Amino acid sequence: MKNKLIKLLSILFIFVINLSCAQFGETFIREDKDIVSPDEINYDLELVHENDEIIWAIEFFEDNSILATVKSGKLIHYKNNGDEVLIKGLPKIYLRGQGGLMDIEFHPNFEKNNLLYLTYAHEKEEGKGGSTNVARAKLENDSLVDFEVLYEATEVSRRGQHFGGRLEFDNDGFLYFSIGDRGNRDVNPQDLKLDGGKVYRINDDGTIPKDNPFYNNPNAKKAIYSYGHRNPQGMFKHPVSGKIWTNEHGPKGGDEINIINKGLNYGWPKITYGINYSGTTITKNKSLPNMEQPLYYWIPSIAPSCFEFISTDRYSGWQGSLLAGALKFNYLERIVLDNNNKVVYREKIAEDLGRPRDVKESKDGYIHISIENKGIYKIVPRS
Amino acid sequence: MRVVILLLFPLFLFSQKDSLSISIENGKIVYDDFCIRCHLPNGKGQIGIIPPLANSDFLYEHMEESIKALKFGGIEGEIIVNGVKYNSRMEKMGLYDEEIADVMNYILNSWGNKSDIMITQEYVKKLKK
Repeated sequence: MKNKLIKLLSILFIFVINLSCAQFGETFIREDKDIVSPDEINYDLELVHENDEIIWAIEFFEDNSILATVKSGKLIHYKNNGDEVLIKGLPKIYLRGQGGLMDIEFHPNFEKNNLLYLTYAHEKEEGKGGSTNVARAKLENDSLVDFEVLYEATEVSRRGQHFGGRLEFDNDGFLYFSIGDRGNRDVNPQDLKLDGGKVYRINDDGTIPKDNPFYNNPNAKKAIYSYGHRNPQGMFKHPVSGKIWTNEHGPKGGDEINIINKGLNYGWPKITYGINYSGTTITKNKSLPNMEQPLYYWIPSIAPSCFEFISTDRYSGWQGSLLAGALKFNYLERIVLDNNNKVVYREKIAEDLGRPRDVKESKDGYIHISIENKGIYKIVPRS
Repeated sequence: MRVVILLLFPLFLFSQKDSLSISIENGKIVYDDFCIRCHLPNGKGQIGIIPPLANSDFLYEHMEESIKALKFGGIEGEIIVNGVKYNSRMEKMGLYDEEIADVMNYILNSWGNKSDIMITQEYVKKLKK
């Protein structure tokens, strides 16, 4: 009798599990919004390239070897045979606070034209401060040639914060990049005449698309695509919608995820869910007319450093979720959204590995993470 | 003559104190810009991840090494601060020598820290790797 009951209960249990899986697809979803440490870990972390500095960004060649930017001003090709080749031809980098050599992005047609894009902090005049530059170059025989600055932010500062610097192409070949508010939050982000606190959109040759939202506004920088940002440093192109998504460092309790839409104002510092690091209030407004609400905001702040959409099916149940680096807590967050883009589940990946700076899928579908002072790790699924 | 010196002496003391307080003031600006995010407004850091600057035994016992870490970027390997292990290297911040002196004076005179010595720009300038 007892055995029968257990059998019956088991069948019922399996039925319920199947029902919930069918409802939510492969991923197990909890309504609990607090981040969890999964009980079971189905992957190993393999250190594939050691580096004791800060690898700010990684990009994959077709053969899955890696081109990596080091914040202090190095560009390294990590070859599959273990060789490390230092790429020559970088410009002078302004190493100041959070600024240095930052992102790298290959042209969508890199295989044919060898063009790549870089962001880096640049000081126009010694001691006067700097901001973020976007440049293009051709990679030829382990050197950058035809180096060309495509965008130079004019609002410079000696402050060490908020250089932004993430790059991403969309499906139409437009290049997006972010520049943070440069620590001048009350001036830059809401003023379209000034650089900083913006997401920009340019053509692959640095010219500005005529249908940019402020192209015909004489009081605006033509390259601006959206504004009212604080410091977006994570960016990916959504594979379904083609939209650019960002995660952004906010003040204390105000880190955000945003979908970047043309010409919109994301509100910083007029609206925010965060407060100053000192605990004082920035604004009492969490929303205002004509200002966008974030898709998600983090309390507490995680210091989101990078952002990736998981396209690969190599990891059971992970496809379609997002990865965000938590600089502050030394892990990656895997974020699951429902069909309405509502965050329904968050879990820790690579817990206690170190400070993540970039996360990216290789061409053969393995997630790689760069960790400060350690190097590049590959997440290897356990079979 | 002696009278003049005696009269000037308090003035000298006053200006000494003043340059330190100016340095501390400027150091707070540097701290709030470059250090506060990790070491936090109260200088306590994050246990096991970011070492504290408030009442840090390591800072007092390895003052020169700490200032060098600020100038040249980080300390190699593991350190133990107030009995807790830390092993994440701080990056080079790109600060000017004067800013390093200022922020050190701020740190050494905040959150219950107290120091008799004033770190000067000249001292920082002379430090070699």
